[in-house]
Amino acid sequence: MTESLVNIEIDGKPIQARKGEMIMQAADREGVYIPRFCYHHKLSVAANCRMCLVEAEKVPKPLPACATPVAEGMKVFTRSPRAITAQRATMEFLLINHPLDCPICDQGGECELQDLAMGYGRDIARFAEGKRVLKDEDIGPLISTSMTRCIYCTRCVRFGMEVAGIQELGDTGRGEHSRIGTYISRSVDHELSGNVIDLCPVGALNSKPFKMHGRGWEMTQHEAIAPHDCVGSNLYGHVLRGKFMRAVPRINEAVNECWISDRDRFSYTGIYSVDRLEHPMIKDGGKWRTVDWETALEKAAQALRTVHSDAGVLASPGATTEELYLLQKLARGLGIHSIDTRLHQADFRDDDSEPLFPWLGQPIEELEKQDAVLVIGSNLRKEVPLMAHRLRKAALRGGAVMFLNPRRYELLFPVKAYVSAAVAEMSAALAAVVKAAAGRKTLPAHLKDFVSAQGPEAEHTKIATELMMGKRTTILLGHLAMQHPQYADLRALAAALADITGAQLGYISDGANSAGAWLAGAVSHRLPGGRKADIAGLNARTMFARPRRSYLLLGVEPELDCWDSPAALQALRSAQQVVVITPFVTETMQEYASVLLPGCTFGETSGTYVNAEGRWQSFAGMIKPAGEARPAWKILRVLGNLCELGGFEYVSSEEVRDELQSTLGASKPDNGFRGTRVMEAAPLCRGFQRIAELPLYGMDPLVRRATPLQQTQDADVACICLAPADAKKLGVEAHDKLTVKYNGVRIVLPVKLDASVHTGDVFLPAGLAATAGFAPWHAAVELEKA
Amino acid sequence: MNALRSWVKSLLLVELFKGMGLTLRVFFAPKVTIRYPEENTPKSPRYRGLHAQRRYANGEERCIACKLCEAVCPALAITIDSEQREDGTRRTTRYDIDLFKCIYCGFCEEACPVDAIVETSITEFHFEKRGEQIMTKEKLLAVGDRFEAQIAAERAADAPYR
Repeated sequence: MTESLVNIEIDGKPIQARKGEMIMQAADREGVYIPRFCYHHKLSVAANCRMCLVEAEKVPKPLPACATPVAEGMKVFTRSPRAITAQRATMEFLLINHPLDCPICDQGGECELQDLAMGYGRDIARFAEGKRVLKDEDIGPLISTSMTRCIYCTRCVRFGMEVAGIQELGDTGRGEHSRIGTYISRSVDHELSGNVIDLCPVGALNSKPFKMHGRGWEMTQHEAIAPHDCVGSNLYGHVLRGKFMRAVPRINEAVNECWISDRDRFSYTGIYSVDRLEHPMIKDGGKWRTVDWETALEKAAQALRTVHSDAGVLASPGATTEELYLLQKLARGLGIHSIDTRLHQADFRDDDSEPLFPWLGQPIEELEKQDAVLVIGSNLRKEVPLMAHRLRKAALRGGAVMFLNPRRYELLFPVKAYVSAAVAEMSAALAAVVKAAAGRKTLPAHLKDFVSAQGPEAEHTKIATELMMGKRTTILLGHLAMQHPQYADLRALAAALADITGAQLGYISDGANSAGAWLAGAVSHRLPGGRKADIAGLNARTMFARPRRSYLLLGVEPELDCWDSPAALQALRSAQQVVVITPFVTETMQEYASVLLPGCTFGETSGTYVNAEGRWQSFAGMIKPAGEARPAWKILRVLGNLCELGGFEYVSSEEVRDELQSTLGASKPDNGFRGTRVMEAAPLCRGFQRIAELPLYGMDPLVRRATPLQQTQDADVACICLAPADAKKLGVEAHDKLTVKYNGVRIVLPVKLDASVHTGDVFLPAGLAATAGFAPWHAAVELEKA
Repeated sequence: MNALRSWVKSLLLVELFKGMGLTLRVFFAPKVTIRYPEENTPKSPRYRGLHAQRRYANGEERCIACKLCEAVCPALAITIDSEQREDGTRRTTRYDIDLFKCIYCGFCEEACPVDAIVETSITEFHFEKRGEQIMTKEKLLAVGDRFEAQIAAERAADAPYR
């Protein structure tokens, strides 16, 4: 018996509990259910609902189990007459102001209050006075409110304070006048805010897109993996008569705990977008014609067969591993070596020294245990909300979370150091950190000249010191680093810094399945299993810079997804054949494509995603594909047959996965950097330097079509973000219109002023209709007053 | 002895007179047979016949799409789709009862918290084409509108016993 354990007895069952833990935690672990509303294992103890009152020996009054620490020899009775009487009395009080509208309440059937009222409620109410009625507030397009149903457990309030980091919902007033609400007609905008829907034990906070559409009991539940970011959140998809109704989190402590981001929760609404391509189509003399699968596939196969090496294959990093593996197998089988998924990357100079796949360097769970983390180039909260949550936990534990970014982002947790450097100066700023960390140590030869030219400032030194001092330290490269025109330099410096400080280098990869794409060989320089490609094809950027005669696209919208979107559009328009496998069709797509094959989207296909930590998560299809759409792996399999390639006789996606896994062998993820390219000082560009962030709800084709997400504040980002000094020079103020020019193309957007933007930088988001196909994501643009 | 008694009985035609007596008694008794369709047998107010959906006096449909009838239906005869109507209330967009599946158990009526779905005492309905057996929301409301007085009277008559 160790010191930290105490012996207690719950309902006559002797158990051991950790010293200092609450009765509730011990009971939960032992499988003894104590009724509760305000207690939640991920939130602090509030003890305000009083539903968990239990009796303890030698204690004159019932005790709240959630707020009473265990003590040696304690005897707890959760079902004794005294405990039951106390719980029944609590329930009667809770129901005083709770409306009896279960039949029209969306929580009906899955409501904690309803369930417990079955056990503890009185048959007949003794309360004959008037009930309190509250007005429902509109708190945004995602969460519906019925505040009359609220029982003031304050789980949502504590979620905001403790998990999200911003208190968007609060409790005002006292006693009978208590109100849960937002700060005067503000909406709830946090990217994890949807979790309050699951937290709310009653029907006060519910999903707005799902409102009044179905019942918990009538839907079937299917396991799924979120298709948007490299966390690979575990979900349950709820399906009613073949239609996807809602997504809820599936608890997996190692990946997403019990949370999911709003993007994962509400993106399903895009499945039923009006843009869905429901039938195969071919272009016949400039006119689109709906055809049967056989004709379309034959035409596509013909297009692929005739071009051989002069073709480019581009896939979304959100495609499943099976699709990507088959795609590269098809392409390479036909002698096409230009295949890529790195749509957002601009700098490919270091391809040869890249790791097996963009690995996080550690399990996701480990992030929260780090002593020091330096994140380079990432708007973390918007890129991967749940990773930001992990780092927030690290910061609250006392870890030093630090950033090196082209501007300041609101992070909602204590940040130890923040270096904001103009986009052209990012590598210099990182080099300054390297210099500060290196001290008198010798620098790697290829970086020596560049690094020693820098003069570290206090903030750089602070980052270096924290990384040197911490026992467990990590350096992460985010999406903005990956999109940076000097990504190779940033990576070389980050790797050098990791070597010097003993930190782990990690990548926050883009899309849901970048890791899977690399392992499947769907990148120009790698074969399946991460082997180096013998013939390196053109990468995602050069295959448009040097236009091909034909292209095969899988789930990509190049005008929004590609780094150099104008070049991509031009190349596609001038290509002879463009075969597109896509769940969604756009007007732009109809301009350049010659064959459109309807593919499947989230929930319709089976497959596997490999998340940033290298975890393979397979899932099955849940719903019937729209129209005649078919899973892309099936389309690619048949294309393989039609092109008369061997080894395309799969009958299930599992077979494809197993074949790929067998090529992996014993290869282990490793972020050890082996590059030795000599670094040069970066040339400064003239004019305004555009930086394109991919907005939270503009990341991939599905989320761009999720109507409720597009109505949020986070989607309202179509503006030009400027430094106030630059705005003054141009003679514009906030909300004025400004024209951006690039290569003769102009777009007009409103101005937003941000003091943290460096002069000479312009933030102009990609992934939006307003900026589709406008300019490369980092380019010198011209600004003038509209 | 028994043989003798039986011989006397058959000689005096006792059995025949007993039978004729019964015939005579029934001949003047009140008649059970009715002349359907001109006449109908009386029905209990609890009779479970054709379904109907009721409205409130102001013309608003009662159904709130709680889907309890769909859940309780042992024959899975009910299919409901729901959504929020423009005025914010919870309403069905589809309410189908397949009368071929229905076993007329009346559970739907028991489950309904707002007395929207009811089984009327109407027994005379038929289908001529496949698909007609699906009672849609419109058909159910039409039945309800037509027989509201009768439905209300039956509920009122049964109310004291519930």
